[in-house]
Amino acid sequence: MKKGCMSSTMKLAASFPLTKSSRSLPSPLEFSTQSSGNNIESRIPWRAWTSVKNHHGKQQEHMRPPSGTVAAYSAQSEEQPQQQEEERTADEQKTKAREIVVEIPVDYDLHLLESAPSRSSVTNSEDLMSIYHEMSVIRRMEITADMLFKSQQIRGFCHLYDGQEAVCVGMEKALNFDDSVITAYRDHGIFIGRGGTIFEAFSELMGKRTGCANGKGGSMHLYKRENNFWGGWGIVGTSPPLGTGLAFAHKYLKKPNVVVAIYGDGAANQGQLYEAQNLAALWELPIIFLIENNHFGMGTAEWRASKKPAYYDRISYIPGVKADGMDVFAIKEAFQYCKEYCLGGKGPIMLEADTYRYHGHSMSDPGSTYRTRNEIQGIRRERDPIEHVRKIILQEEIATKEELKDLDKQIRREVEDAAAKAREAEQPRDDELFANIYKKDSGLIAYGCDRKKTHIQMP
Amino acid sequence: MNLFSAINNALYTALDTDPRSYVFGEDVGFGGVFRCTVGLRDKFGRSRVFNTPLCEQGIVGFGIGLASMGNRAVAEIQFADYIYPAFDQIVNEAAKYRYRSGNMFNTGGLTIRAPYGAVGHGGHYHSQSPEAFFCHVPGIKVVIPRSPSQAKGLLLASIRDPNPVVFFEPKLLYRMAVEEVSEDDYTLPLSSAEVMREGSDITLVGWGAQLTIMEQACTEAAKDGISCELIDLRTLIPWDQELVEASVNKTGRLLVSHEAPVTGGFGAEIAAYITERCFLRLEAPIVRVCGLDTPFPLVFEPFYLPTKNKILDAIKAAVQF
Repeated sequence: MKKGCMSSTMKLAASFPLTKSSRSLPSPLEFSTQSSGNNIESRIPWRAWTSVKNHHGKQQEHMRPPSGTVAAYSAQSEEQPQQQEEERTADEQKTKAREIVVEIPVDYDLHLLESAPSRSSVTNSEDLMSIYHEMSVIRRMEITADMLFKSQQIRGFCHLYDGQEAVCVGMEKALNFDDSVITAYRDHGIFIGRGGTIFEAFSELMGKRTGCANGKGGSMHLYKRENNFWGGWGIVGTSPPLGTGLAFAHKYLKKPNVVVAIYGDGAANQGQLYEAQNLAALWELPIIFLIENNHFGMGTAEWRASKKPAYYDRISYIPGVKADGMDVFAIKEAFQYCKEYCLGGKGPIMLEADTYRYHGHSMSDPGSTYRTRNEIQGIRRERDPIEHVRKIILQEEIATKEELKDLDKQIRREVEDAAAKAREAEQPRDDELFANIYKKDSGLIAYGCDRKKTHIQMP
Repeated sequence: MNLFSAINNALYTALDTDPRSYVFGEDVGFGGVFRCTVGLRDKFGRSRVFNTPLCEQGIVGFGIGLASMGNRAVAEIQFADYIYPAFDQIVNEAAKYRYRSGNMFNTGGLTIRAPYGAVGHGGHYHSQSPEAFFCHVPGIKVVIPRSPSQAKGLLLASIRDPNPVVFFEPKLLYRMAVEEVSEDDYTLPLSSAEVMREGSDITLVGWGAQLTIMEQACTEAAKDGISCELIDLRTLIPWDQELVEASVNKTGRLLVSHEAPVTGGFGAEIAAYITERCFLRLEAPIVRVCGLDTPFPLVFEPFYLPTKNKILDAIKAAVQF
């Protein structure tokens, strides 16, 4: 299985057009033979690891792209200030000058596509700080949710998203709130990305009335209608068919928007996916099928469940892109590319994000029985999405280490305050049990034990 | 043993006695999420105990094919809440194969095991009781044990029964229920209900984990001088109509209790049948104390479930009718 994976990588790497900046990167081919043997570690996609390892080793070279590229960018950005110098304030000039080009070290794998998403992403200091902030909030929220679950404040199920923050944050950078997003049960990060507040999230996790679903859904059922976040679904594999329906509505209403239907490597073997993907391709619907491939479906590694553990190229009539899911800029560029593709009326596209979750599948899974602690720590060390952004921030001198530390502390305080506030909130009222089953509700009556007092009565 | 060990023991026995039996499902290899299949792969090998990918319809369809070749296929669906993608295969293929092929083919060797029922924190998708959907399908059997020793016997009987069986295991009892279970190879008869407790005032019928609650209610009612007869249905279809009928003819009152929502639950079928057969002997309307007609709630679980007090209340109402 691994061999098959590697050979497809080799083929694609050879056909991928080499740009100026990628020539300076080591070829993935050099490292693909490094992993061999039957131990678990050798089967993890080290390709991404080793390229990043080199990236950090040759940091200077990569963070500052060859002068030709910088000149091209800075020439563009300097034209406008020269034309409108009087109108711009000094601050704006400063921000304009602080435009940063970030290189994306891991190249994209393509299926049925001629062009690829960009290998460099344009950002600026504000953008970087907001990305850092959002990812840190999500990380801190997941850690807090872990503690709350262990102290039984959160009951039911809790599927944590830490490690995968780059996917939801990168995605939102390329989308707007008129695009629709629908996902499965690992939805905390995506909810925050879609503009949900931490307070709403915690309230919902704890089953309080102030939660986004009035406390009736719990961890797996976070929603935000005004920002077109359709949730939050418990059954594996349901989001693509539902997303296909949403996409049809978008197309019918001639909206310039896409749908992102998210599922994981575990769901990739469900039959309804293929039905949905065929429908989407047949009717040319603007849907991006995002596969958050964290390589483990609960405790089953992808190569044990799938004949071919690659998901972006499974359909011979739907093109796909595979991007490094731990690099927020790669995801952003990939999404921009995919959104453009879909809005060009060409139909659906698959986007596989190669990502990783640090926690187990849910809170009842220690996460270390099917993978080694070495592996988890290794990925934390080498590919952590927040560390990647932090390094860029420090390198570009947008903030100092102390400032980031203070920001981290502030975020931690904010998140813990939100959790505390949520804890104080009320539980849903008793008659909520019967509310919203049907549109006009079902006229159910429940009596108390003694049958003398009508406890709950709906009209 | 507790329930999961008893199931494990039954599977072990089944695999041991029939070399053409197979156990498969999601995560069964390492032992399963409820530890029901621990040690089986080591003893019987990867060709007989194997994992499947996450595809319920595929799992059951595959099991049907395997069973039609004369093998005993024991398919595990990880939670009964996930059995719905496989519903088409069970209802349209497994149940009807023998009938529509004029007994040329059959899927008798198929047994589908799934944990069902409330567990306290399961929420919408880890607590459902879908037995009613399957009770509406002629051609399959639905079996639900109430305790470890019952589970072992009933599971062995289900695996060896020449008809496809859907075997629901009450997940609440996997660890909680502890009982002396014989290590022998024994089966319990299917389609035979068991009287757990004799009584003369009212008959209570239930299955699975709900019986524990009903038993507590019976004990409470006994303090008020109400003598309750408690029957474990064990097999839901084809159910032991004669036993229940005889019991209701004796007591004149019936109460059915299950966790699934009341409308269209299996209690409705029992109530309808008993009304037909025992109309003149009934002293009170048949009571169903069941889950409410809502999706299985997360926060409201204690309100939703048919608790001991609700049952007790209903017993008193029936007796004083």
